[in-house]
Amino acid sequence: MKSFTPIAIVIAGLAAVPLLVHSNVVLNFFVVALMIALAGQGWNILGGYGGQYSFGHAIFFGSGAYVTAILQVKYGVNAWPAFGCGIIAGAVAGTAVGWLAFRAGLRGSYFALVTLAFAEVLRIVASVAPITGAGVGTLVKLDLSFASLQFESRAAFYWLILALVSVALIVTWAIERSRFGAWLTAVRENEEAARALGVDAVAVKIGAMVISGAITAAAGCFYVQYFLFVDSHIAYGAWISIEALLTPIIGGAGTIFGPLIGALVVKALGEAALVVTGEAPGLDLVVFGVVLIVVVGFAPRGIGGLRTTLLTKIKRGLGGGTAEVRRG
Amino acid sequence: MLSPVILIPALLNGLLTGAVYALVALGLTLIYGVLHIINFAHGALLTAAMFAAYFAFTVLGIDPYLAVFIISPLFFAIGYALQRFVIGPASHGEDRNMLLVTLGLSVVIENALLFGFRADTRTIDVPYAFSTIDLGFTYLAVPRLVGFVAVFVVALALWLIMSLTDIGRAIRAVAKEKFGAQLAGIDVAHVYAVTFGLGTACVAIAACLLMPTYYVNPSAGNAFVLVAFTIVVLGGMGSVPGAVLGGLVIGVVESLSSLFLGDSLGQVGIFLIFIAVLLVRPQGLFGAKA
Amino acid sequence: MAKPLLDLRGVARRFGGLIAVSGVSMSVREGSITALIGPNGAGKTTMFSLISGFLKPSEGQIYYDGREVTGEPAYKLARRGIGRTFQIVQPFAGLTVRENICVGSYLRCRQRAAANAAAEKVAREVGLETLLDAPADTLTVAGRKRLELAKALATEPKLLLLDEVLAGLNPSEIRDIIPVIRGLRDRGITILMIEHVMQAVMSLAEHVFVLAEGRLIAEGAPAEVAGSPIVIEAYLGHGAAKRLARTP
Repeated sequence: MKSFTPIAIVIAGLAAVPLLVHSNVVLNFFVVALMIALAGQGWNILGGYGGQYSFGHAIFFGSGAYVTAILQVKYGVNAWPAFGCGIIAGAVAGTAVGWLAFRAGLRGSYFALVTLAFAEVLRIVASVAPITGAGVGTLVKLDLSFASLQFESRAAFYWLILALVSVALIVTWAIERSRFGAWLTAVRENEEAARALGVDAVAVKIGAMVISGAITAAAGCFYVQYFLFVDSHIAYGAWISIEALLTPIIGGAGTIFGPLIGALVVKALGEAALVVTGEAPGLDLVVFGVVLIVVVGFAPRGIGGLRTTLLTKIKRGLGGGTAEVRRG
Repeated sequence: MLSPVILIPALLNGLLTGAVYALVALGLTLIYGVLHIINFAHGALLTAAMFAAYFAFTVLGIDPYLAVFIISPLFFAIGYALQRFVIGPASHGEDRNMLLVTLGLSVVIENALLFGFRADTRTIDVPYAFSTIDLGFTYLAVPRLVGFVAVFVVALALWLIMSLTDIGRAIRAVAKEKFGAQLAGIDVAHVYAVTFGLGTACVAIAACLLMPTYYVNPSAGNAFVLVAFTIVVLGGMGSVPGAVLGGLVIGVVESLSSLFLGDSLGQVGIFLIFIAVLLVRPQGLFGAKA
Repeated sequence: MAKPLLDLRGVARRFGGLIAVSGVSMSVREGSITALIGPNGAGKTTMFSLISGFLKPSEGQIYYDGREVTGEPAYKLARRGIGRTFQIVQPFAGLTVRENICVGSYLRCRQRAAANAAAEKVAREVGLETLLDAPADTLTVAGRKRLELAKALATEPKLLLLDEVLAGLNPSEIRDIIPVIRGLRDRGITILMIEHVMQAVMSLAEHVFVLAEGRLIAEGAPAEVAGSPIVIEAYLGHGAAKRLARTP
């Protein structure tokens, strides 16, 4: 994306939502959707732009959440610095996992597996370790004040998460326009060719994982401030790994607005499924899974890229596409 | 603590559990060996097959050991259809897409089961569930012994299919050199689907063997699938003997580490092995090359 | 005589029990166009992978620009100024031509505007300036070859390894691209090329190395090498030189 204007318009438009909508239910819907969008924006840096599909982004969400919660509850740290430390924890986890996985040369399925396994190890450890509250979880004390980063009004929480999402949007926009971004997409498209052009592929991928981890961790930190509770299933469970991946893929992986579009669509579909079935568990996720398969199969650019996909199909259908031998 | 009275039964139990793991892993490694993808829907298919075995028993009154002969062909067909009509077409031949599509399938299957049958944990009651064989120094559970024998029968059957039948030869050809096989007139999409079907049938056999002593709920399969991933990686992706051996090893490791560390940390031991193998030797302990 | 820019001493590479390249010593003079020829399977592409750091030699040393670079990874060598193209073209398929070339030009230009400008300059040099915004996967074969060249050029190499950039092109396309390659040499880029199109080798190269079955079997000026019986036999089989001599 060349200009910053669309991003400014989207942020301004979203910022106006609490002025128009006063229903707590609707605001809650937006808060949760934006939180998932934030987690998805983290995944998008590594998976969408870098082509490294993580199946364990819970590593970062959970680490951010636990660090924020534990620092406040066990060490009496103020919520603001605790929030910052949670984000740093995500970056550190990204460095560690990225360093291990990418230096070992893991790609594709292997990378997906190893991230999944890391998340699972952390989940099991968190479910028994005393510091995380083991099976009981950790409860953050209710203290509705700006100093404790807790707000009485939903609107305030909404603006907080929107601010975080906006920062992530701007970071993504800056990456798209930078040398780092060009190298990252080059690694996604063809790692060997990128190396021939002087790209240190391992360093670029680790860099992407650090940024990715920090952004997704921020979503975890926000979760703790919003719900004031975290346990091993919330923090490191498969649900967040799947939603962090689902939103950018559905909205359009490797695009600035992909995760945001995906999160709103996914959450809206989920709500609709719950309304139809009367809160019976499972159907919303069935819908997510079906949408994922359909998007991968029919709209490889996601919903955000549907127009381009259709235009290409129409052109190809009319014989406008060049018939090419793919390998020269 | 290290007295043989505790250690030897733990070891034997580990071997017996490992056999069921190996069965699950067999299906996974077969699919990987030919399609070169990790089937993330494997655990969900295991759960679905366990539900099938559960209802075969409770509704139709068919013993799980007999139901094997109905459920595994049924799951062969399901696996064939999934690969042929969903995974294959939706992924356009790209590995990344296959990952996502099988992940999507697992989400769909698991949650459709949750939606249909709720989160309740169900068990069946067969007369032989607790029968044992007395070895003098310890007892062996009969159902688990059956599982142990079955893994070798299945591995042998797979080996026979691979080496003696036309489709087996076609599968091996595709696994080795996809484009060459295609040029030789082999229908690759069909071979992929048959392989996926065989892998799914393996999982169905494992499900029927598990049902007499295990429980089923919509996420029951997950407990096995990460372990199966570990086995497949340990044994070398795509290697059938590796999967059998890897399964037995992991069964013993799990049994011994739960003995020393407790149940949940015993699982951590498995995952740490898994991560270590992936990072250090992704071709597996028994695999020849990456 | 100018100093060698690239100097290989006894370089060998084995894959398991298979010897792909053995005991190759050769040097490439700065500012020259040098060709590496040989029958299929002679180990030419393996040589390029060794020089550009995609493979590590099992034996021997590689010197580039006066220092030993044996075993350095590909990206470091690219930063030192060794550019390469791939025999099977490797475009970044999902990106536009401009974005493809920019991946290379970012190596020397930190800023986006500068990298873009450099990319456009390179595109003009290879004749892709009208296709800058086209997706790379819509290019024709000739277009892809030019893109392959442009990406490597954008890294501002001192030594450029060209792996069969002419293969798959028709005669008129070859005629178009030969002056481009000569132009590169004229502005100071040393070129080492693998080529099967002998007409091009004859008109471009000053010095030719011949590789067969992983060994260097001849070197010299193009005309000398083309007439050498050893070379003819390597291409056409044992006794071919004699048979050719007998036919009027």
